[in-house]
Amino acid sequence: MSKWLARISDWICVRLPVDKFWKEHLSEYFAPKNFNFWYYFGSLALLVFVNQILTGIVLTMSYKPDAKLAFDSIEYIMRDVEWGWLIRYMHSTGASAFFIVVYLHMFRGLLYGSFKKPRELVWILGMLIYFCLMAESFMGYLLPWGQMSYWGAQVIISLFGAIPYFGEDLALWIRGDYVVSDATLNRFFAFHVIAVPLALVILVYLHIIALHQVGSNNPDGLEIKENKDTQGIPLDGIPFHPYYTVKDIVGAAVFLIVFAAIVFYGPEMGGFFLESENFIPANNLTTPEHIVPLWYFTPFYAILRAIPDKFGGVLTMGAAILILFVLPWLDKSSIKSIRYRGKIFKFALATFAISFVSLGYLGTQPATPGAMIFARIFTVLYFGFFVLMPFYTRNEKPAAAVPARVTRETPLTETLRERWPRVKEFFLQISAIREIKTSSGSVYRIPVLDVEALLAMARDRVSNIRKKF
Amino acid sequence: MKKFIGIFLLLGSCCGVAWAGVELDSVEIDLDDKASLKRGGQLFASYCQSCHSAKHMRYSRIAADLGLNEDEVSRDLMIGPKTINDSMTTAMDVIEASEWFLGIGPPDLSLVARSRGSEWLYTYLRGFYLDEARPFGVNNLVYKDVAMPNVFWEIQGLQKAVFKNVDGKPVFDTFESVQNGRMSKEQFDRAVTDLVNFLVYVGEPAKPERVRFGKYVILFLLIFLVLAYRLKKEYWKDVH
Repeated sequence: MSKWLARISDWICVRLPVDKFWKEHLSEYFAPKNFNFWYYFGSLALLVFVNQILTGIVLTMSYKPDAKLAFDSIEYIMRDVEWGWLIRYMHSTGASAFFIVVYLHMFRGLLYGSFKKPRELVWILGMLIYFCLMAESFMGYLLPWGQMSYWGAQVIISLFGAIPYFGEDLALWIRGDYVVSDATLNRFFAFHVIAVPLALVILVYLHIIALHQVGSNNPDGLEIKENKDTQGIPLDGIPFHPYYTVKDIVGAAVFLIVFAAIVFYGPEMGGFFLESENFIPANNLTTPEHIVPLWYFTPFYAILRAIPDKFGGVLTMGAAILILFVLPWLDKSSIKSIRYRGKIFKFALATFAISFVSLGYLGTQPATPGAMIFARIFTVLYFGFFVLMPFYTRNEKPAAAVPARVTRETPLTETLRERWPRVKEFFLQISAIREIKTSSGSVYRIPVLDVEALLAMARDRVSNIRKKF
Repeated sequence: MKKFIGIFLLLGSCCGVAWAGVELDSVEIDLDDKASLKRGGQLFASYCQSCHSAKHMRYSRIAADLGLNEDEVSRDLMIGPKTINDSMTTAMDVIEASEWFLGIGPPDLSLVARSRGSEWLYTYLRGFYLDEARPFGVNNLVYKDVAMPNVFWEIQGLQKAVFKNVDGKPVFDTFESVQNGRMSKEQFDRAVTDLVNFLVYVGEPAKPERVRFGKYVILFLLIFLVLAYRLKKEYWKDVH
């Protein structure tokens, strides 16, 4: 039997380099051994991508890309198609999950300098994936033909109309009509189910090939290829398969538990994954009371609204995405990992992260004057992170010496075990035991929060900090 | 097209004030209470379906989900000549209806519980009060100047809204009964609860199934996680 299998595999490998591919990208691709929590999100993004493709194919079997039928066909899937509700919720939850894992994956790149030389192309290909992903989700969002789908598309496409001279014509060309209509739905369907996914598959392939060409970065930001043994194997590297395949399966299991919890218990996710307005069929005569873009676009939407001039807003929003492409050339520091970078960079990155999340929050809120002021401040901080980067990274003082070899990552369980006594002590300090007598005379002793102890502790901390300065 | 951005910005600023001053009453939804769902279905057939459809809901699905046989469904839930494989359509002609109701016909209610929410429905259906200015003589507390008449007047009775003056603005205080209906207040609240319960079920008939499956899937994944974690530990033993 095994002899036969060997012969078959030989026959194939002579004609198709399956074994070579397997070795190059899995069994003999040496990845740094010190990947931490942040390194799960790349493989998770791939998992979600596969989920979207598979569930998408099944949805396409019952979905009707026709303005008269689209909304009803979704309800048909939800009710009459066997397991249709599950497939649809997996697809809608998957869309949001995709952005969650991709945002974390990108932030990992910022943390450990994965975008820096020699991985500039990995970063740019990744940005192209992100860009396609935005187009993919935006067009997919129109397909259910609900009120928010319709008006969201109406508003976003009309943004192109703000471009001088040819903007209106461009918007008309995109829609194929003067308003979002059946023509728009059909072309968005074509882009959503074939054009963009095809581009995504190619880009994801290139992203991985480019990564494997230069090798993976790691939380220490060291090039493991600089320390090789006599056989040319990096001393700090381990074969991706089986080490990281078995590790990523653990990550996938944890992710799937969270994913399943959302799919089965709250697929609307409080209106962030599925909006209530989208349970009303699209109506071009009634505008919803509050048009909000999908949660993963809200940071950019907040930037758009922060600029008083329409065209200026569109340009700024575009710049907010485009500026990410040139990030590898804005960072002048030779240190990659946040572990060894200077205080200024740490502060800048924290400011950027806070600004991005805050802009995301503001994008979901009504544009009150107060909110607009905050949106403008965070927009300035967002751009400040990039524009000022060449200056604040030029002569960076490292926070610690960069080690010669990768450091061992403390397992989470160990960290927790180490910190547990301090956590326990903290809880004992801020809790007081209260005796409660019930009417029957029995006494219960229950721990309650001791607010005074908590305040005293906070006061202590503050005075300690004051003493320092 | 530039006006859309304008609308966009304007809308942002007026959101959240639409139902200002009206607190929605909470309602307990229990999709396992099949008796309540059945009573709600009967109320829907007799009070709502002459104007509103729930076109995505099939009678056969109701029969299967609520444990009813074909005869029970056709006796209690069907209006007009229909078979078990039909869906809950209405007898009213939508285009004609649009003319009667000033341009907007009675909407399909298949998904109303998902777009409006159960609390809104519960408060809305109990929120009709006498208002001479309106064509049907009633207005609604949560949906001002709605074109719908109070279809429950006969069982609910008639009520008027009492407004109190807060900072020069009329704010709803309480309802005052003008004429009693066939049901007491408690009975009527129970009936509306049943109806809202039914509408929530109609909004997503697969929900009980979804929640039921969830725990098995998550249990499987937890076991899988333990195995995957131990496999990883085994492989990584020799990595230092």
